[in-house]
Amino acid sequence: MKPLVSLKNIDKSFGKVKALCDVSLDIYEGEIHTILGENGAGKSTLINILSGIYAPDKGEISIFGRKVNLSSPRDAISNGIGTVYQHFKLVESMTVKENILLGQRDKDKDFNKKIEYILKKYDIKVNLEKYIEDMSVGERQIVEILKVLYRGAKVLILDEPTTVFTPQEAEKLFNIMRKIKEERCSVIFISHKMDEVIKISNRISVLRKGNFIKTLDKERTSIEELTRLMVGENVDLKIRKRESKKEKDFNKTSNNNELSIDKKSEEKRELSLRDVLIKVEGISLTEDVKKVFNNISFDVKKGEIFGIAGIAGSGQRELCEALAGVRKIKKGDIIFEGENLTGKSVREFMKKGINLGFVPEDRLGMGLVGSMDMVDNLMLKSYQLEKSPFLNRKPFKERAIELVKKLNIKTPDVNYPIKYLSGGNIQKILLGREIYINPKLLILVYPVRGLDINTCYTIYNIINEEREKGNSVIFVGEDLDILIELCDRIMVMSRGEVTKIVDSKDATKEKLGLLMLGMKDGESGEIC
Amino acid sequence: MVNQVRFVRRDKVDKYTNIKVKLISIVAAFFIMSLFLIMLKINPKDAFIGMIKGAFGSPLRIRQTTIKAVPLIITSLGILTAFKMKFWNIGGEGQILMGAFGASILALFYNGFNSTTLLLLMALSAAVFGGLYALISAVLKIYFKTNETIVTLMLNYIALKFITYLQYGPWKDKKALGFPKIANFPDKALLPNLLGVNVGWIIALILIILVYIFMNHTKKGYEIAIIGESINTARYAGINIKAVTILCVFLSGALCGITGFIQSSGVNGTLSVEIAGGVGYTAIIIAYLSNLKEPFILIVSVLFAALLQGSSYIETSLKIPNSAALILQSLILFCILSSEIFTTYRLKFKD
Repeated sequence: MKPLVSLKNIDKSFGKVKALCDVSLDIYEGEIHTILGENGAGKSTLINILSGIYAPDKGEISIFGRKVNLSSPRDAISNGIGTVYQHFKLVESMTVKENILLGQRDKDKDFNKKIEYILKKYDIKVNLEKYIEDMSVGERQIVEILKVLYRGAKVLILDEPTTVFTPQEAEKLFNIMRKIKEERCSVIFISHKMDEVIKISNRISVLRKGNFIKTLDKERTSIEELTRLMVGENVDLKIRKRESKKEKDFNKTSNNNELSIDKKSEEKRELSLRDVLIKVEGISLTEDVKKVFNNISFDVKKGEIFGIAGIAGSGQRELCEALAGVRKIKKGDIIFEGENLTGKSVREFMKKGINLGFVPEDRLGMGLVGSMDMVDNLMLKSYQLEKSPFLNRKPFKERAIELVKKLNIKTPDVNYPIKYLSGGNIQKILLGREIYINPKLLILVYPVRGLDINTCYTIYNIINEEREKGNSVIFVGEDLDILIELCDRIMVMSRGEVTKIVDSKDATKEKLGLLMLGMKDGESGEIC
Repeated sequence: MVNQVRFVRRDKVDKYTNIKVKLISIVAAFFIMSLFLIMLKINPKDAFIGMIKGAFGSPLRIRQTTIKAVPLIITSLGILTAFKMKFWNIGGEGQILMGAFGASILALFYNGFNSTTLLLLMALSAAVFGGLYALISAVLKIYFKTNETIVTLMLNYIALKFITYLQYGPWKDKKALGFPKIANFPDKALLPNLLGVNVGWIIALILIILVYIFMNHTKKGYEIAIIGESINTARYAGINIKAVTILCVFLSGALCGITGFIQSSGVNGTLSVEIAGGVGYTAIIIAYLSNLKEPFILIVSVLFAALLQGSSYIETSLKIPNSAALILQSLILFCILSSEIFTTYRLKFKD
């Protein structure tokens, strides 16, 4: 069989960084082909080359056996390659129809005929007159797909489409993908969620550090093999030992459910006896007449990992920023060990000796200063406690050297601007700083987003260590499996409100998904 | 052919490339200038040697160059302070004038002190006037979210017209036979000389050290840098953004105000509309070219002063029109500023 799209010996570098090195790939008709790889493996670069945004330094691209030169996104779509990016490119103040027609010269009549045909063919339901700003993320995704199908795409590229989805929304997307496959088109699917990958794809290609590793048939592989190929063999031994221990735990829980529940319920009993560390009562935040979150109440016990789940933008991030004193709330109370924190600033927290660690979502934009070195970043909060008006960098330099060793941070030296370091190292510096003060409460917002597997497990281990020390953690996460595995209780938020707080031993992914959509008690109903 | 050469982003801008590119751009500027001079039938070699001679050729000329460098250094330090916080204060010109005004009030009307006390009070008054004048833009920005670039620029014109009004109106010297000028300062209100130049140069050197220590080794300087990098990080760290902004902008204006004091008391001997003479604008360029690093401000300011002094020398010695000298200055600036693209990108030739 002749491939629909064929990439041969593609090279691409940015400055000294080799993003892709001699990558060859064939995509056949009617298949869902997953490209798997860690962050920085070159997935995005590959997509950008296919969609005409980057020109490869070397190598050739053939479509339907014909050699092509994709020098702009227009070239790509006219050759039948349509891309749906992770961050949607839709105009919010326009309707679905207007967005689809953007840049096209079709008349109304032709449009109606063509779109009706497509909607029927792929069994898609959407209101063409609805404004994008009134749509959920899932609906917007469908509009994006519709847009590229309308422009005649035969090969659909989906870049991490399910990152912000509930399992239900993802299922809906998969149905459309299967339909596209049946219509003898192909889908290139980018993801790092293993279970999804196994579920939906026909073939899986693994990239690692810009190199093409292998293409595998779904039937003849396993999650273990894929993980191994993705991460590579030559990983630092120390981390791997830790990671494998964690993975063993993971396997134990998933293989032997009874045992793990037993263990957990024991912990629970112990937990309920302990004191409440922080109690939140009816707090609300309104910014620019928009309600960010409303009437939120919960408590976190000492030594508990408290998870927060929700579709991105449901108010989790703002809630955590409010707890950390970065945002001011006007209504409700936050009581930390019997002391009311409402309306107090970060500086007052520190003066009162309230040990609160906070890892915000935007690491370089909020938690750290990119152009400064490790030493200056480590003193970001603690410098205020010194009485003298001058800075004393010495203790922070020692702390920086200690941290580099302890967390295995890769940096030329501690006086190197941190923005040149990789995401994982940046996160280690941030987390390292926050746990150094030995916080009673550690608030983490998407702490593993964009990090490689090794660093993820380092961070999960740190979270567990904090729990063992008797400290509490509030963990805002995306991966529901990890949330269920790691947390004692999970609070699900939807549109700025708490849907429910569930014990993680009673939680399943599906149930959490429904709660994320705002359906109390997780009963099923019409989605979307 | 067009596709043969491409701009490729450098991984990281290192110091040496930066300096190398800037030096090459200066050479390029001189090369273009040479072509221009040849067009005027002047030997470029004579012109350039003339400029160096004019700037450093004799003790008198060195003194002149120093006098020109001092206001540039101090004002650039003021601009640097605000720019570190990404507060775009381009109102150095107005703050210099208001500083000079602050010094003049004391020198002309409340001068019943001995010389040292009077000079210290004049410096203080100049700093307060310059600082408060700059604060207008900070307060408007904090409470009404106005754009500080526009506000500081507009305040320049207000200050200029205000001094013009004083000079032609209420403060006009009746003894000057109708000539529109403000009365000279009494002798005790003039800055003393050291090594033939008014002590402004010592003040400038001290200020470089003080600003360096403040920006790099104090908590407030650190907070200014954090606010400049990211307001959200500043909020995260619990920095009082309003208070630090007010302090920072006040200091920025105060430094410019001190320039006004030195220019009126040490150079002009009185207040006049020409006192700022574009220093407030040149200082922006110097602060920028120095990469907001205090020690470089000294070097760049001296080079700029030499350029000014050297070109006014060849103006008379080679009979080049003044405008030609200005063209050379602008060419150098143009080349250095446009060289920026080569510090962030490099050219790649297709193999």
